Amino acid sequence: MAGLPDHLLRRSAEARAKAEGRDVEEVLAELKGEAPPAPQQEAPAPAATPEPAPAPPTAPEPAPAPAPAVSGAAGPARDLNAESASSGVPVPLLQRAMEGRARKEGKPVPAMAGAPAAAAPAAPSQVAPAAAAPAAAAAPAAPPAIPEGVTTQRLLTVVKAGAIQQVKSSPQDKVNVWPHLLAIEFVALMVVTAGLIVFSVFVDAPLLEFANFNEQPNPSKAPWYFLGLQELLSYFDPQVAGVIIPTFGVIGLAVIPYIDKNPSVKPSDRKLAIMVFSFFLFASAVLTIYGSFFRGPGFNFSFPWTDGIFFDF
Amino acid sequence: MANGNGRVGLRERISQAGDHIRTSQVWSSIFRPGSPFRAGYTDSPRNRSYVIMNNVLYHLHPVKVKRHAVRLSYTLCLGGLSFFLFILLTITGIFLMFYYRPTSPQAYLDIQALATDVAFGQLVRNMHRWGAHLMVLVVFLHMARVFYHGAYKPPREFNWVVGIVLLTLTLLLSFTGYLLPWDQLALWAVTVGSNMGAYAPVIGDQVSFALIGGVQITPDTLLRWYVLHVLFLPFITVVFMAVHFWRVRKDGGISGPL
Ligand code: HEM
Repeated sequence: MAGLPDHLLRRSAEARAKAEGRDVEEVLAELKGEAPPAPQQEAPAPAATPEPAPAPPTAPEPAPAPAPAVSGAAGPARDLNAESASSGVPVPLLQRAMEGRARKEGKPVPAMAGAPAAAAPAAPSQVAPAAAAPAAAAAPAAPPAIPEGVTTQRLLTVVKAGAIQQVKSSPQDKVNVWPHLLAIEFVALMVVTAGLIVFSVFVDAPLLEFANFNEQPNPSKAPWYFLGLQELLSYFDPQVAGVIIPTFGVIGLAVIPYIDKNPSVKPSDRKLAIMVFSFFLFASAVLTIYGSFFRGPGFNFSFPWTDGIFFDF
Repeated sequence: MANGNGRVGLRERISQAGDHIRTSQVWSSIFRPGSPFRAGYTDSPRNRSYVIMNNVLYHLHPVKVKRHAVRLSYTLCLGGLSFFLFILLTITGIFLMFYYRPTSPQAYLDIQALATDVAFGQLVRNMHRWGAHLMVLVVFLHMARVFYHGAYKPPREFNWVVGIVLLTLTLLLSFTGYLLPWDQLALWAVTVGSNMGAYAPVIGDQVSFALIGGVQITPDTLLRWYVLHVLFLPFITVVFMAVHFWRVRKDGGISGPL
C-alpha cells in the first residue's frame, strides 16, 4: 500500500468497513499494515497449511513477498488475506476470481469448499494439479503457466490516476497565441498583401491576342510549373516524361513518410534523406528554369540574352 | 468632465458614445467575453486565453503554442501564407466572376474590358494572377520546409499526404484558371499541358476527353474548366485544408524544435 495518499486509504477503508460491517479504524489500520488482517484473527488457519504465519500483533505485517496480487499471475501458494491486505481487493473477490479461473481452465475449484471466504489464508495454488490440492499447495511449486490466450484480470479498488492518464504533462516552454502568434501572422499577411498590391499596380497580367485554333505560337509552352515536365519531354518518350515521371513523382512524394523510417529530425542524422530530396528539388528547379528561359522557337536551346525571352506568366 | 464653460466636450461625447455602444446588448452579443473589443478588456493571462478560446480562431489555433513555433524562422509563415493567399484569391476571384462569362468569344472580351471598363478591374485581375503564381510557389516552399524539418515523421505522416493532395489541387486550380482569359497564351499553354495527360497508358484518351470535354479544346472546355476552377476545385481544396489544419493540431501542434 506504499505511496497511497492517506485520504484515499481512508476512503477505501470507510467503504470496506461499511460493506463488511466493521469498524473504520480497524480496517484502516489493517490497510496500512499496522494491524494483522481481521480475518486471520477470526478464523485460524486450517490444519492443512503448514505456516499460517499470523503476524505478531505489534509489528507491522511484512509485505507478502513478491506481491502476486497486482500482477494477475497466479503465484505459488497464495495467502488470500495477505494478498487482500496488500492489494486492497476484498477476499471474497479474490476467491471468486480464483474459482472462476479454475473453472475456465477445467480444473477443480481449489479445495476450499464450504470454507467461508475468509477462512483460507494460504489458499492452494489454484492451478496446481487436481489431486494434490491442499498438500502440494504449501510447497513452493513452480509457478503454474497461464495458458496462452487466457487473459487474467483483477479488480483493483484504488487506481492511481497516473496509471490511466498523464495528468500532468511535462512542462513546455509555451507562449500565448494572442498576442504573440497572431501579431506575427497579421504582419505577415499585411506585408504580403501590400507587396502583391504594389506589384500588381506596376506589372500587368499578360493578355495576348484572341485564342486562335489555327495559329499555334512558336514555341508553345505550358504554365511554368509544368515546364520542367515539358523540358523532360525533349529527352524522353512522352509516355515516360508526360505520364510515368509525374505519376511516380506525386506518389513518390506522398509515400516519403512511410519509406523514411529514421525517427530523428536532426539534420546531421538525415544526411541521405536531405541529399536525395535536395537533388530532386534542385533538378526540378534547373529543368523549370531551363525550360522557361533557355528554350526558344521549336523548343530549341536559346540564350535569353541573345535571342530574347520566350516565356509568359 | 466638463470643460471651462460647463459644457460637455466633443471628445468626451465621443468617448461616452463609444462606451454606450460597447456596453450595449448588441455589441456584447457579438464580441464574446475576453474579446479585446469588449468593454473592460484588460491584458491579463486569463484574457489572453479567452481571446482565442472565445473566438472562431479557436478552430485554427490553440491558446498557447510552443515558443519556437512563433519564431518566424521556423515556419517562415509558409503554411499560413498558403492559406492566406487562398483566401485572397477567393476574394479577388469573386470580384472577377461579376465581370466574366465563360463563353467564346465573350470570355476574352470580358477580360479585355476589365482593363478599360471596370473600376480597379485590371488591378484585381493582376492580383489574382500574381497571387496564384505566388501561391504555387509558396505551397511548394512550404512542402520543402516541412521536409527539411522532418515534420512528416510520425505522427504527422498522414498530414504530409494530405499536403501532397493540396499541392496537386493547387496546381490544378492554377492550371484550370490559366485557360479562362481565352487568349493565345491560355489556349496553347493548356493545349501543351493537357496533351501530356493524353499520353497516359490505356486511359489516356479518356482522361484527356473528360478533362477538355472533347477530343480537342473547344469553347465547351472553357465552361467545364470554369466550373472546375470556381466551384469544384475550391470546394475540394477547402475540405482538404480543413483536414490539414485539424491534423496539425491533433498531431500535437507544429513539430520541432529540431
Ligand atoms: C494549399 C496548400 C497548403 C496549406 C494552405 C497548408 C497550410 C499549413 C499550415 C497553416 C500549417 C501550419 C504550420 C506552418 O505554417 O508551416 C501546415 C503544416 C503542415 N503542412 Fe501544410 N499546407 C499546404 C500544403 C502542404 C503540402 C504541399 C505539404 C507537404 C507535402 C504539407 C504538409 C504539412 C505538414 C506535414 C505540416 C505539419 C508541419 C509541422 O508540424 O511542422 N502542407 N500546413
